[in-house]
Amino acid sequence: MSGTATLRLRMAPDMRLARIALWLAAALFAAALVAPMAMLLVRAAQDQAGAFVGLANVAAYAGTPALASSVWNSVWTSALSTAIVVPLAFAYAYALARACIPLKGLFRAAMLIPILAPTLLPALAMITLFGNQGLFRPWLPEGFSVYGPWGIVAAQVFANFPHAAIILSVALATADARLYEAATVLRASRLRIFLTVTLPGAAYGLVSAAVVAFTLAITDFGIPKVVGGNFNVLATDVYKQVVGQQNFNMGAVVGLVLLVPAVVGFFLERWAGRQRAATLSGRAVAYVPAPRPARDLPLFLLALAVALVLVGIVGVAAWSSLVAFWPWNLSLTLANYDFARFDANGWGSVVTSVQMALLAALLGTPVVFTLAYLLERGPARGALGTALRLAVTMPLAIPGLVLGLAYILFFNHPANPLGVLYGTLAILVLNSIVHFYTVAHLAATAAIRQLDPEFEAVGASLKVPLWHTFARVTVPISLPAVLEVAVYLFVNAMTTVSAVIFLYGPATKTASVAVVHMDEAGQQSAAAAMACVILAITAAAKLLQIAAGGAVERATQRWRRR
Amino acid sequence: MVGSLALAPAGGLSAVRAGEPYLSVERLGKRFGRFAALSDVSLSVSAGEFVCFLGPSGCGKTTLLRAIAGLDPPSEGRIVQAGADITALPPSARDFGIVFQSYALFPNLTVAENVGYGLRGRAWPKPRRAERVRELLDLVGLADQGAKYPAQLSGGQQQRVALARALAPEPGLLLLDEPLSALDAIVRHGLRAELRALQRRLGITSIMVTHDQEEAMAIADRIVVMRQGRIEQVGTAEELYERPASAFVAAFIGRSSAFDAVAEGEAIRSADGHLLPCPAAFGFPRGEALRVFLRPEHLRFGPDAAGAPGAFPARVAAIEFHGGFCRIAFESRRLRLEAVSPPERLRALGLAPGAEVPVLLPPERLRLFRA
Repeated sequence: MSGTATLRLRMAPDMRLARIALWLAAALFAAALVAPMAMLLVRAAQDQAGAFVGLANVAAYAGTPALASSVWNSVWTSALSTAIVVPLAFAYAYALARACIPLKGLFRAAMLIPILAPTLLPALAMITLFGNQGLFRPWLPEGFSVYGPWGIVAAQVFANFPHAAIILSVALATADARLYEAATVLRASRLRIFLTVTLPGAAYGLVSAAVVAFTLAITDFGIPKVVGGNFNVLATDVYKQVVGQQNFNMGAVVGLVLLVPAVVGFFLERWAGRQRAATLSGRAVAYVPAPRPARDLPLFLLALAVALVLVGIVGVAAWSSLVAFWPWNLSLTLANYDFARFDANGWGSVVTSVQMALLAALLGTPVVFTLAYLLERGPARGALGTALRLAVTMPLAIPGLVLGLAYILFFNHPANPLGVLYGTLAILVLNSIVHFYTVAHLAATAAIRQLDPEFEAVGASLKVPLWHTFARVTVPISLPAVLEVAVYLFVNAMTTVSAVIFLYGPATKTASVAVVHMDEAGQQSAAAAMACVILAITAAAKLLQIAAGGAVERATQRWRRR
Repeated sequence: MVGSLALAPAGGLSAVRAGEPYLSVERLGKRFGRFAALSDVSLSVSAGEFVCFLGPSGCGKTTLLRAIAGLDPPSEGRIVQAGADITALPPSARDFGIVFQSYALFPNLTVAENVGYGLRGRAWPKPRRAERVRELLDLVGLADQGAKYPAQLSGGQQQRVALARALAPEPGLLLLDEPLSALDAIVRHGLRAELRALQRRLGITSIMVTHDQEEAMAIADRIVVMRQGRIEQVGTAEELYERPASAFVAAFIGRSSAFDAVAEGEAIRSADGHLLPCPAAFGFPRGEALRVFLRPEHLRFGPDAAGAPGAFPARVAAIEFHGGFCRIAFESRRLRLEAVSPPERLRALGLAPGAEVPVLLPPERLRLFRA
């Protein structure tokens, strides 16, 4: 007992610096995530005058038939779109991973298009195609209206297809060829191999894809806003309570209801992710499909049809943005791109969006990557590390609309000194970084985990500070992932509606919000034009990433070649 | 050339007073929750000595190495290096170089940049640094490979680069965490001998973790056998082989025939009833349960055993041909015994599986441990 119980370790200067950085990150998450969400909870339990009323608001909510019915509306439309999108995405991913079909590169690119567009775009395209003056209106049954569940479901299938397809592509891409060889040698039929090897291997991918598709559908705001008509869902309810009736307390209650599926989905997805990690051993031999026309041709046709629809919907939106006066004058014009005619901010909202997205990428990427590194390889033991690891995963379970609402309640509070941020570009940037934090963090973490865990130990033994190893080794090796994170933040900040709809000010209206406003004003062609501008910018960013990725690889990744 | 390297542990040696160990570990303990990864570990290492930590996986050998490096600080105890208490120091304030099983070479830096990674600051102006990198690459036989990237080298070459990098700043202590385990057998044997020769030449105090007893015996001045977070025995390879301190060490180091028996005065009785003369059994109370070990080279069989007191017949169960020698497995009732012999002798005896020959367990060669 000679004083051994109180061994106090000395900390190296670089570790002390890292520790300070972790505390700063904790302060950031406390101010930009935890405090606003806490404020939301508090306001849900207060009346308009600010008095504590406990669960009275929840009771009032449950007692309002119109509000309660939108829970059911949200659930069944989301479930239906999930039921359509998951099998479709599975077939598409299967065609790419397990069949011999031509044009795989093009199919992969087509699959990703919807991610680059705001969800408003497919909703606008649905109106162009099936609306009251839609292209296909003459062939649709009497009484059918695209405004409502059908439009919502169709647009969501488009918008959520890539998310499901990416997850299923990953699940199907990692197959162990030896399992298939073993099954074939044992004379199993193709159907039996599919049911006993392929499906179980992809089972958790399917769960994960379904959860993600459902959560995205139920928390999306843009689609029901544009094509929902009088069909109420949770997301539009929050908006109406807050913007229409200025009832922040009831808005907070609806926001909490919206939080439920997102949180449940979050835990289901994590559970599925953990199961999936265990199914493939490190010694697996990659499966390479052999040509078989009976399988390849139908899958090729299906993939072609899906890709054509994906591209076609974008094409419809682009076309409708170029039409002079839908549907009476179909001559082509750029007049709809003269946004000043339709919206006071004109092209200014595009500039605002690009500024916001650039700042989110330029400020968010270093924060995301540094924090991911410190949590993986820095002095992140103890309560601080645990709290931060929890904090970085939370944003995934918080719908943009809910976070946005929490932000107004918190930053607009008269007693909050941070209130100066309200209505500025800064709050939009902060909100975007926090809202999209988790996926960016996971990408950065995955890249860092590929590096030998002993790099830092070697660095310390050679008396090289942590930040030097980070700058000289970790970041250069991870440059492709850094670029990926930056583009992810940029694209999502460009396309999001839900995260910014409550937060923009007169001088900081974003392009996506302008789409909503022009659609509200009946200027569908101009709204489509603005959505196409957003798509063009995100697509350019993505192409730039691919080009830059090539250049970066040539310049810094020379060592990868043997 | 070697003289100009001045690679003797700089600073380290001078601080050690004569007769004191260079490194001493005192009553070290490390707990993860209720699991004790290390308990009551004490050890001292002399300057210039090569020590191996040997044991099965999970025995705590890597934990002990990382505690010495400061990478996983101990929960209790003290570590003294070159006369200074380093227990609470961070790794960067200690004086050691380390080589890992994974090499941990920075893949985006060239071989020369890797070796020069720790040569920073005012003490290493550019020309001196380049000179030092050249020396070390020479030393590990990679003088012409400096411009390559690690991925372009073989495993053995990569590990040499890692070694050069660890030695570059002239540390007083070299730590090696299973440095040879990722290499294939031929490269491993070659590099093992080189590592030993290099260590002798530089005189650097070295500690290597390994699970390969042959490697430890070939390379180490002294071996520390560990089990379940404790030190079982410390000694030279010969001491461990000839005079194991516990049944665990006897079983772990080298091959043995092992069986259970009870003490019966100046004899032992095996579990299946063989009564074997054994003077050493006198030291145990009658009826004490024992674990008995006999090295294969000590088992006598055929004419060597015939007629000797305590000899009994056994059946040849199997013969394995290993080139310069053969392993013979004998069976008698439930007793399984192993012997080695030159192939010519077996041929001369006409021994084949199924044959029955007398065997003898020489009483003075039996090692007894309380079961």
